[in-house]
This record gives sequence, structure tokens and C-alpha cells, in this order.
Amino acid sequence: MNEKVLMKGNEAFGAAAIQAGCDLYFGYPITPQNELTEYMSRELGKAGGTFAQAESELAAINMAYGGACAGKKAMVSSASPGIALMQEGFSFIASAELPLVAVNVSRGGPGIGGIQPGQADYRQVTRGGGNGDYHIVVYAPYCIQEAVDLIIRAFDTADHYRNPVIVLADGMMGQMMEPVVIPQIRRQSSASEIAVEKPWALTGSGGVRDRNVVRSLWLDPQQLEDQNIRLDEKYQRMKQELPEYQSVDLEGAEIVFTAFGTVSRIASEAIRLLGQRGIRAGMIRPITLWPFPYHAFEQIDHSSTKLIVSAELSMGQMIEDVELAVKGRKPVRLIQRSGGMVFTPAELAARAEELLSQYQ
Amino acid sequence: MKPIFEYTKGMREQDTHYCPGCTHGIAHRLIMESLDERNALGDTIGVCPIGCSVTAHQYFNVDSCEAAHGRAPAVAAGIRRAWPEKYVFTYQGDGDLASIGAGEIVHAALRGEKFTTFFINNAIYGMTGGQMAPTTLLGQKTTTSVDGRKKEISGMPLRVAEMLSTIDGAVFVERVALDSPAHIRSAKKAIVKALDVQEKRLGFSFVEILSTCPTNWGMTPVKAQAWLRENMIPYYPLGNFRCPEEVK
Repeated sequence: MNEKVLMKGNEAFGAAAIQAGCDLYFGYPITPQNELTEYMSRELGKAGGTFAQAESELAAINMAYGGACAGKKAMVSSASPGIALMQEGFSFIASAELPLVAVNVSRGGPGIGGIQPGQADYRQVTRGGGNGDYHIVVYAPYCIQEAVDLIIRAFDTADHYRNPVIVLADGMMGQMMEPVVIPQIRRQSSASEIAVEKPWALTGSGGVRDRNVVRSLWLDPQQLEDQNIRLDEKYQRMKQELPEYQSVDLEGAEIVFTAFGTVSRIASEAIRLLGQRGIRAGMIRPITLWPFPYHAFEQIDHSSTKLIVSAELSMGQMIEDVELAVKGRKPVRLIQRSGGMVFTPAELAARAEELLSQYQ
Repeated sequence: MKPIFEYTKGMREQDTHYCPGCTHGIAHRLIMESLDERNALGDTIGVCPIGCSVTAHQYFNVDSCEAAHGRAPAVAAGIRRAWPEKYVFTYQGDGDLASIGAGEIVHAALRGEKFTTFFINNAIYGMTGGQMAPTTLLGQKTTTSVDGRKKEISGMPLRVAEMLSTIDGAVFVERVALDSPAHIRSAKKAIVKALDVQEKRLGFSFVEILSTCPTNWGMTPVKAQAWLRENMIPYYPLGNFRCPEEVK
């Protein structure tokens, strides 16, 4: 029954997670993602999973850690300040090599910030706010359908690499409604399947195997170094296997926008407006923010491109990765709004045109 | 000759790292023995948060995970929902449970979480070298209360068993001590009852275990047991605060 239905983003995210096979969801109310928590409270139980409202985001991430230790597909969701609270948990879960899916419906910050959309968690999710050397895979969908597809993939990615995966939506995507297809593919692994698929999981030894231990503490520094080297080998593999992006109209482009999420849709329209004014523009849209698709920038048409613009709803965070990718070969400039303010396509196009004039 | 006492299969044959006279060894054995006696070792998952016993997974012969400081009840809540039919327990110190984890333990009790928490109360922070805990007694000297705990600065010590017993979901709450053979036998009985409560899925079961920390109290193991008896028990009275009819 793969029909198109009109759904609110937050609810579609929940529906996607359920179809992906989510066993356990732990949530705490925070705007602008409450409809996701509420949806899971209504629907996950009907699908054979378990929902719990935790007493805080601190508790939620730790409940998810427990569920993941036990071999289940566990999920949390929150918004920026709540994701900040979960950072200790992310570090712990990455260190213990457990799968987890987290949805961040991001809003303006810093601090309590605001409840309107923002992209100022870029650094938080890609650099990580927890301690130590670890990475989290970050998927940045640009529309609700892609969010559905990426959330389903996130569970597989998390299981495959035994690592947390964040899907970074933003407040606008969480709140808006679009037609989506939610593939009806849900299946949950049985206890015996989990014992085989995840032999490290805490399922009860059953008296047939030695007891399993999930840990992140290694007091012996040589053992901790060995653990870090092992984790890093995994992250290097992820950097090879995971980067994803979309590129549009790079050939002959004078301006190349770099944008993710909702901003990429604004940039698409801005590109059309610029085209009407005789300015050729293209876009690189990262789909994974970590690992960042640096190699996408090798596709830039050097003969035509004069300027690369990072368009962001923050004070400029992704621009650092763009600069790394461009390696000084072209100028990189920022067009941004923050605090929950969002530029219109016309505003983005006008500011891009003005910047371009500095490089003619 | 018939053996009258054996090393429990619940404990791995591994020397522990605990200090001489530390009662973790006794507490570990009572709990693991109780699980062994009900043939539950293969169906148990333990949560070992930060504290001297964070590496208890090297001694407990059950599937175990570490937990961040204070978060063990949340971790256990996740595990319980993953495997509704297994035994799940947390084993927490007083810094972990009564300080940073105060929120998590209250909410575990509030929800009537169907796992058991074993609370090792030795009135001090052991692992980090003897700082004041919420359970440190008035006047007790620690590395962060060098002149002794003062009520006007730090308040009176927290009586966790009493506090949790006011929460409906905490259906079994008992405080025991490990300072004497008689008290150790009572502690074992309470642990068994707590596991019975879990087995019957009646609600949250909690055993507070008054314990010694000879190293950080600056005493010999024997003096530490006496100190526990003379100072901790008068403030933290032993006994049952809540017990469901089904296991009385």
C-alpha cells in the first residue's frame, strides 16, 4: 500500500521510523518536534514497539542506550537544546559501538534560543559535543520524502556500523505538510535473530554463551588507545563509503550555492530567479553532513565559476567545511540569516547577485 | 563430605580490585548468589554505572553494561522495555544514585519500573577518592568537607529509602547493612524478596545497603564496620519501608 498521503513532517518522521523497524522510542517534549513524540506515543505500540516518555533528554538518550545495548532498534528525537543534553550519551554510545538513530528538528540558538527553524546545530552534530574522538553520521534531508527515506536508511546505517546516526531536519520541515509515500516494510527482529545479528548484545546469556559486556571505560591507556584506533578504522571506512550529495547545474555556473535541508529548496528557487536575470547558478547539496562530501567540490566548473556561496540559517558553520573542500581555489562567501529568520528566494538571489558583482 | 557452601556461579573467578574490607565483595556475592539460586543468571542483565563498581561486569557472571554517572535507572528502563521477561538490575553507589542520579531514581520509582536497584550507601564518594556525598553524615570529614559536613552549607544527609518509599511505584523498599553476619543474612533475605517482587512484576524494588569504605573513611576494616553500626545505622534505620502483600 504505497500510496501518497499528506503528512506533517514530524509525523512522517515517526511513520518512517516505525516502517524502518524501530523497536523502542524514547522522547521528551520540546518544540518544534512534539508531534513526532506524540505520534510515536500513539502509533509505535500498535506496531509492536514500545514508546516511553522519559523524564528528560538526559534520561531519554540513556534509555535508548539501554535498548541499544539489548540489541533493539532504538530511537530518540529532540530539538537543539535537547540534543545538547544528549551529547554525553552520543559519546558513550559511539564509544560502546552501539546503533542509535536520533532526529534533530533544529531551531534557533544558542541557549534556549527560539522555536523557529535554524541550521545552527551543524557544528554540534558534525563535530560532536561529547568528549573524545568519535563521529556521528549525519543525514540532512531537504524535503519530507527524503527525510522518510533517510530515516529508514539511518536505522540500517546505524546497525551496519554500530554507531549513532543523526537525521538533521529543521523546524520548518518538522512543521510543514507535504505528500509522502511511506513504504510499508516494517519488520522487527525476533530474539533469536537478534542473538545472531548482534552477538554482542545483552540478551541474557541463556547459559549457552559467556556473558556479554558493553563498556566505554578502558582504564589501561594502551587498551584505550587500541579502542580508539579500532573506532578510527571504522570512521575512515565510513568516510569512504558514506558521503552523499546532489549537484545541480554546475557546468557553466558563475555562482555555486552550497546548501542543505530547507535552504536548498530556497536556493533552487533563487537559482531560477538568477537565471531570469542572466546569471547562471548551480548548487551542491550535501546529503551527508558527516562525512561531508568534500569531493563534490571537485566537480566545480573552474572556467565559469567565480564564487561559491554557503547559504545557511546560522552565523556560518557549514562554510568551514566548504572552505576545506574548495582549498582556496575559489572565493567562498556566506549568505545567512539566524535566530529563526529565513531568507526568501528573492532575498537569497539578490544577495548572491550583489556578492557576485564583487568578483566580476 | 557434603559441601555446605560453594562459590556461586554468579561470580566470575576473578580477584576483585576493591579495597580490603570493602563490602562490595559481600554485596556482589549476595546478589549474584540470589540470582544463581533462582537459575536466573542466563536471563539477567545488570547495569553498572560510575563508581568503584563500574567494572563489576568483570565479576558479575551476567550480561552487563556500564552506564554514565547517575543514569543507570534510565539505562535499565531501556533494557527492561527491550526484554520484558528478563531480570534487570542496577547496582549504584551513593554519589551515582543520590547526587547526579537523583532525578533518574525518582522517576524509575515513579513509573514503578519493574527492575531492582541495589543502592550501596557508604556515605562517601569512593572511586574518586573520598569526597562528600549527599549521604555523608553531619560532621563527617571528607576531602570536600575537611571540617566536617555542615548543615547550613550542605543540608542534612539524604535518606533515600524513606524518600522513595513515599512514591507509589516503589512497592518494595528496604534498608539493610553489611556490618555483621546477622545483618548480612537479613540483607540476603531483602535481596531475595526484591527479586521476587521483580519476578512477579509488581513494581520497582529497592534495597539500600549500608556499606563500609575503610580507605576513604580512614579506618581499618574492623573499625569501619563499627563506625557503620554506631553512626550510620542510627541515622539510616534498618528495616522495610514498603512491601507488597504478595511477598510478605
